Amino acid sequence: MYKYDTYDQAMVDARVEEFRDQVRRRIDGHLSEDQFKPLRLMNGLYLQLHAYMLRVAVPYGTLSGAQMHALGDIADKYDRGYGHFTTRQNIQYNWIKLDEAPNILADLAKVEMHAIQTSGNCIRNTSSDQYAGAAADEVTDPRPYAELIRQWSTFHPEFCYLPRKFKIAVIASETDRAAMRLHDIGVQIVRGEGGELGAAFYVGGGMGRTPMIGPLIKAFVPLDQFITYAEACLRVYNRHGRRDNKYKARIKILVHELGKEEYTRQVEAEFAHLLSQNIEPPTAELERIKAQFADPAFETGLSEELDRSDPDFALWVDNNCVTHKASGYIAVTISLKPIGGIPGDASADQMRLMAALAAQYSFDELRVTHAQNIVLAHVRKDQLYALWQALDEAGLGTANLDLVGDIIACPGLDYCSLANARSIPVAQKIGQRLAAKEQQIGELKLKISGCINACGHHHAGHIGILGVDRKGTENYQLLLGGCEGADTSLGQITGPGFDEDGIVDAVEKATEVYLSTREGNERFLDTYRRIGMAPFKEALYG
Amino acid sequence: MKLLTGNDLKSGAVTWWDGVQWSLHVEEAIDVGDHADSILARESATRRVNAAYAIEASKDEKGVRPAHIKERIRALGPTVRPDLTLKPADPEAGQWVI
Repeated sequence: MYKYDTYDQAMVDARVEEFRDQVRRRIDGHLSEDQFKPLRLMNGLYLQLHAYMLRVAVPYGTLSGAQMHALGDIADKYDRGYGHFTTRQNIQYNWIKLDEAPNILADLAKVEMHAIQTSGNCIRNTSSDQYAGAAADEVTDPRPYAELIRQWSTFHPEFCYLPRKFKIAVIASETDRAAMRLHDIGVQIVRGEGGELGAAFYVGGGMGRTPMIGPLIKAFVPLDQFITYAEACLRVYNRHGRRDNKYKARIKILVHELGKEEYTRQVEAEFAHLLSQNIEPPTAELERIKAQFADPAFETGLSEELDRSDPDFALWVDNNCVTHKASGYIAVTISLKPIGGIPGDASADQMRLMAALAAQYSFDELRVTHAQNIVLAHVRKDQLYALWQALDEAGLGTANLDLVGDIIACPGLDYCSLANARSIPVAQKIGQRLAAKEQQIGELKLKISGCINACGHHHAGHIGILGVDRKGTENYQLLLGGCEGADTSLGQITGPGFDEDGIVDAVEKATEVYLSTREGNERFLDTYRRIGMAPFKEALYG
Repeated sequence: MKLLTGNDLKSGAVTWWDGVQWSLHVEEAIDVGDHADSILARESATRRVNAAYAIEASKDEKGVRPAHIKERIRALGPTVRPDLTLKPADPEAGQWVI
């Protein structure tokens, strides 16, 4: 994985000291809150319901064991012994003290981490495929290109004050595991007709109050023009994005209002101009980055066999492990969704354990997934049982990847100042209610947001839930048919909303409709797409 | 009744104006009536509180209760982590929040 060079480290260290001075000036009164707020947000520090919250970037979701260990230590030293992994592959701490925030950033800098650009109207952390470098279906590891974007976008003077926040995802497989088309820019690394690699650009996707699936605007950009094309996309947005209305300020609105063709025309014109300016980073820099994402030293001649005599282990393997490109290896997802637990939360001890297990079993590397789980991407099959035993003992062996218990949920009104309703208790109740049936139900991606900002990706859930405030009372809308991936679709609202217990009943009824009508190996989503909304509405509202 | 609430500048903890200082406990909050703006202006200058504002609340024999669920959750702590609320040892403490 990528290691900081002296420039990276110097920039991050300098930022820590700059923020330390800003905090000092805020506390001694030289900065008002109005002056300080944009400064703290640029360093990932929010003021939430109960305390300051610090969002730490995990670039493209990749962590070393030392970094994960440090995240656990920070949870103990500065927070209340836990952290929350987010749908953008980051981690948030909920109980931060302002005067300790610079020390946290200093601790992060020691392990090559930071919170820069995890808030504000700038280019945020680039997300990617959690199986990058391990997936059998990828054309290349997408992370070098995500890292190149990180370096290009960090402190980019032109893009620090965009009309609105800007999120980019990079994948390199036909199977989209990063909700790529629901990002401001989604990049898919593809092979051209001659076998050469290039980048397909999807622009103008997003969730929030106006969900849109990003259209393809360029099918193939040569990789030696990759950053130049991204710069052109951003420049057109920065020039014409709606700064007059924050609800219309995302690039998806611009692309929609201009039309894909006109937006693309302007991007192409800007691209042509930028090509003459030679802004593309030197090829040598990309090669330097790529060298740091070389495959680990996979052993050869390993057995493909697994001893499945322990039924609990076998169930976990079937649910949580996926094929690896290297013979004798497998990619493992550690579920942070125990039945009745808080989706995405991990204790400090669990973080340190996962760090140690990564060092022992997975080349000292972990991934945070956008579904709020953790991946050990390169595990030897002959060591899988020992790994599972260690995870299970720590409450990390839940076998529910992509099942109804593997719920994405934002922090909701329990923590978030923007939320209208709580997400976590709904997730807990649904998980408990359907736990006994989740293997029977099979793949069902359920996603819950506590407000229209859609941090819980409810638009993209096979079943989505949106919490709203109805005259001061929590109310939950139910959506069906959303999906991220190659066949991305947006969920449709079933009808009137439900109260907290009612939404749990409604989800159960929706699964009963599915179970009673599915054909063959249909997933919930497949059945919904075949039979449509009507049978579900009949069951829900009769 | 009207309460003033904000967050402690350094710790970020939720606080309530009790007439003299900022308390962690909503039960100690007082009705500021028509004086919200003047108190907020004065207190913001002291930097003891951050981002303070006025909210609606009611008071009965059981105590002071913010009108909106968001403020009730702020007053006690996350409903999903009773161990992290202001009253972790009291299982009844959160019953009025939701």
